Amino acid sequence: MATAKLMDFDKALELFEPVLGFEVHVELNTKTKMFSDAPNYFGGEPNTNITPVDLGLPGSLPVVNGEAVRYSISLGLALGCSIAPSSRFARKNYFYPDLAKNYQISQYDEPIAFGGSVEVELPDGRFFTVPIERAHMEEDAGKLTHVGGATGRIQGAEYSLVDYNRAGVPLVEIVTDIIYGAEKDAPELAKAYVATIRDIVVSLGISDARMERGNLRCDANISLRPRTAPGEPPAPLGTRTETKNVNSLRSVERAIRYEIQRQAQILADGGTITQETRHWHEDTGTTSAGRPKSDADDYRYFPEPDLLPVVPSAELIDELRAALPEAPAIRRRRLKQEWGFTDLEFQDVQNAGLLVEVTDTVAAGASPQAARKWWSGEISRIANARNAEPSSLVSPTDVAALVTLIDSGALNDRLARQVLEGVIDGEGSPQEVVDARGLAVVSDDGALIAAIDDALAAQPDVLAKIKDGKVQAAGAVIGAVMKAMKGQADAARVRELVLERASAD
Amino acid sequence: MAHHDHELVRLSADALAQKLASSEISAVEATQAHLDRIAAVDGEVHAFLHTAPDLSLATAAAIDQRRAAGESLHPLAGVPIAIKDVIVTNDMPTTSGSRILEGWIPPYDATVMTKLRAAGLVPIGKTNMDEFAMGSSTEHSAYGPTHNPWDLERIPGGSGGGSAAAVASFEAPLALGSDTGGSIRQPAHVTGTVGVKPTYGGVSRYGAIALASSLDQIGPVSRTVLDSALLHDVIGGHDPRDSTSLTDEWPSMADAVRRADVKGLRIGVISQLDGQGFQTGVLERFREALDVLAAAGAEIVDVSLPSLEYAIAAYYLIMPAEASSNLAKFDSVRFGLRVNPPGGGTVEDVMSATREVGFGAEAKRRIILGTYALSAGYYDAYYGSAQKVRTLVQRDFEAAFGQADVLVSPTAPTTAFKLGQNTGDPMAMYLNDIATIPANLAGIPGISVPVGLAREDGLPVGIQFLAPARHDARLYNVGGALERMLEDSWGHTLISLAPDLAPGEMTAAQEGAV
Repeated sequence: MATAKLMDFDKALELFEPVLGFEVHVELNTKTKMFSDAPNYFGGEPNTNITPVDLGLPGSLPVVNGEAVRYSISLGLALGCSIAPSSRFARKNYFYPDLAKNYQISQYDEPIAFGGSVEVELPDGRFFTVPIERAHMEEDAGKLTHVGGATGRIQGAEYSLVDYNRAGVPLVEIVTDIIYGAEKDAPELAKAYVATIRDIVVSLGISDARMERGNLRCDANISLRPRTAPGEPPAPLGTRTETKNVNSLRSVERAIRYEIQRQAQILADGGTITQETRHWHEDTGTTSAGRPKSDADDYRYFPEPDLLPVVPSAELIDELRAALPEAPAIRRRRLKQEWGFTDLEFQDVQNAGLLVEVTDTVAAGASPQAARKWWSGEISRIANARNAEPSSLVSPTDVAALVTLIDSGALNDRLARQVLEGVIDGEGSPQEVVDARGLAVVSDDGALIAAIDDALAAQPDVLAKIKDGKVQAAGAVIGAVMKAMKGQADAARVRELVLERASAD
Repeated sequence: MAHHDHELVRLSADALAQKLASSEISAVEATQAHLDRIAAVDGEVHAFLHTAPDLSLATAAAIDQRRAAGESLHPLAGVPIAIKDVIVTNDMPTTSGSRILEGWIPPYDATVMTKLRAAGLVPIGKTNMDEFAMGSSTEHSAYGPTHNPWDLERIPGGSGGGSAAAVASFEAPLALGSDTGGSIRQPAHVTGTVGVKPTYGGVSRYGAIALASSLDQIGPVSRTVLDSALLHDVIGGHDPRDSTSLTDEWPSMADAVRRADVKGLRIGVISQLDGQGFQTGVLERFREALDVLAAAGAEIVDVSLPSLEYAIAAYYLIMPAEASSNLAKFDSVRFGLRVNPPGGGTVEDVMSATREVGFGAEAKRRIILGTYALSAGYYDAYYGSAQKVRTLVQRDFEAAFGQADVLVSPTAPTTAFKLGQNTGDPMAMYLNDIATIPANLAGIPGISVPVGLAREDGLPVGIQFLAPARHDARLYNVGGALERMLEDSWGHTLISLAPDLAPGEMTAAQEGAV
């Protein structure tokens, strides 16, 4: 693969205006598939979660999944869209072996939701309004594995395997209008937009939204148009490319940045952009040409005669509207204020995907700062070491209980970390781990004073320094006492007692 | 035994059912008699693509055991039935008359099969048809044509020529058909049998290999109106697996036949289907039937369906458009024929080679027509315009049903034509469906009932009644009444005039002719 020449990003922005558009596919986590009663579970033994409908066997017929319709309406409402009183499925006809019927059932000229917008927060805290053209329902295709080629792509493969477990998984495709005015923020906006969609579908509970698993997939369209002098009409839109296979938020940002630099260089060199799909390569951080894509691609759409129009009642729409959770952007603003976090603290929590965990931990009685500290700190560290999700290790209730034990003086930080490990290893609640492991702080001053006196006697020089008023020297004695107590002491109380005993002599 | 067989196979399903219910005969005897008849005559008729005698006899034996154990069975339990090969069966191959599905045994049953099996009917085989139900003569079957039992040199109609011929030649008392533009009614017309296209959505399409999804409808085929009604009552009703299936509660069609009263019934004669282009003998029998109905107290009125002249054109855009998409799944990847091009090739090459070999000329013609009609730039002019005509036809029917309770016409313009007569002329073949197509465009039910033999060629003629959607029972009422009055006037059934294909009660199999 030849490496493309790239123009410096800032220079590209001087010469060209980037124009964006996104198609985000969201896999819904309904119990069954879009048009069959096969379990909506992708993975496991290939071709096991299938029915005659998913295989497109002769005679089989699709039936619309009502849950998927409700999820789609909720998503449309969350995107500020109007919900069509009647929408229709259509057939998109093209031959491809991952498409069991050689047509995809999708929505074409009558989508279920249309005409909305989403507020997207940029890294510097500014908001950008992304216009939403439509959100429509469709079915996923099967998964192809190309065997025998060097690249794992269909070109050069000896043969290909098809897993139809994914065929018929319900999708909503969210299509933006053309996005103007992103300018130098285009890469960050792209990332923030997809993150916002992810947050919305997570808050609605309608998708697992794991980009690395393909639950959320972004096709990023971008074109450049030359800048014109002030007062002159804007140049016509440039030819766009559509970058696919962008499987993480970071990749979305990188892919847009890369395409801006690549296209700018081609245009500056007097070349033309080919209208095509581009394939994103995570490892090299580059895109390569996919298939040519023309506006004249003829999918021979026509209304799906096997299905009736989708006609949701006004009552259903009202009911789903009333049940909408707080919009993620608004919720974030509120939480940040309620918790009193700095921008940095809040972003740490948010970027680590721990908003829900911290919220629930606070709700269970912990202070916001303590909740943040434990989730962003020790729990995330262990999760990293064990290659697991923090939320899978421990419940917010247990974290709140741990914080309560610390606040009451029953545990110090060091003991609390041991208790946390016990909880994570399945030894029970924090209190149960404390009891089982005997990890409570020694609160008996008599035992502490005996240990302090021993330590002071062993370190006469330190005692002298303390008596001289060099209070910081007490650390050495405190350390020795904590060691003698096997850590099961409240360090603050030890300090108090050390100073007391030293001056008492 | 042979004599007994000969009588058994000539019984109506209703009469056979009564003998089964009273244990006068067993389901195994009834099934064996029909299997013997198939062995005797199907070498000439070729109504069946597949029979499975052991399977059918085992099914029949199980029914006999249940009856012997005192179980209460459905009235039709033990009655043999032939299944058009467009309907998927999990125990017999299903080809839809196409090479591309040769030998394919589906892993599932159509909903109508599930219902038939639950009622204890005995499937005795899969019947021949035009490939993917595309045709009016069964000559487009990949497995050779079916012959009309009235004249083996003539077509049995299509696409369901196999089901109609099976019933007309006493190989089965009942059959299932499918009707997209007349594929149940026109074969009934040319074979002197009864065929019903139910209201669209009245019978589940789940498991019927689609030709045109918005037009297809499964329905009964039989020798008497009552038998069709009894079968309709088994296969009808809502199916959650078919989104276009109606949720209505349906009245008993058999009760409607038994009521058989046309006094005061307003019967509208469709003026566009009463004259030009229709064979003289067909029109004569048609008018006689109207006279009989009028004499019984029916009120005969004239109605007009002005949009009818565009119906065939619209049909031949909508049907191939949907077919081109429905037939895309036949690509060799998951089931059916696979043809590897010489020297191998890409998956596209394999799909292309498979479809080249697997589809017949008529299927290819309609795929090309439909693909063209849906193409960007042509969609509005072709598919879009056709849908508008469809709406106009529906409005015409609504208006006509304001003036009449049922509408009436000859079922088809001519009696059975000769095999090969129209194979080189698709337009002549298509025009044969002029009277039947409008019902599919409008989604309304229709029935074809025999009204006699045409004077000039001695071949059967059928009359078609149409009713508003959901009013299938009206068809059974008027059809049953006409059948009874005609048979009373003739002193026999029409089908009793059909040539005996196995003279002298000696079966062909016994003579070693097969």
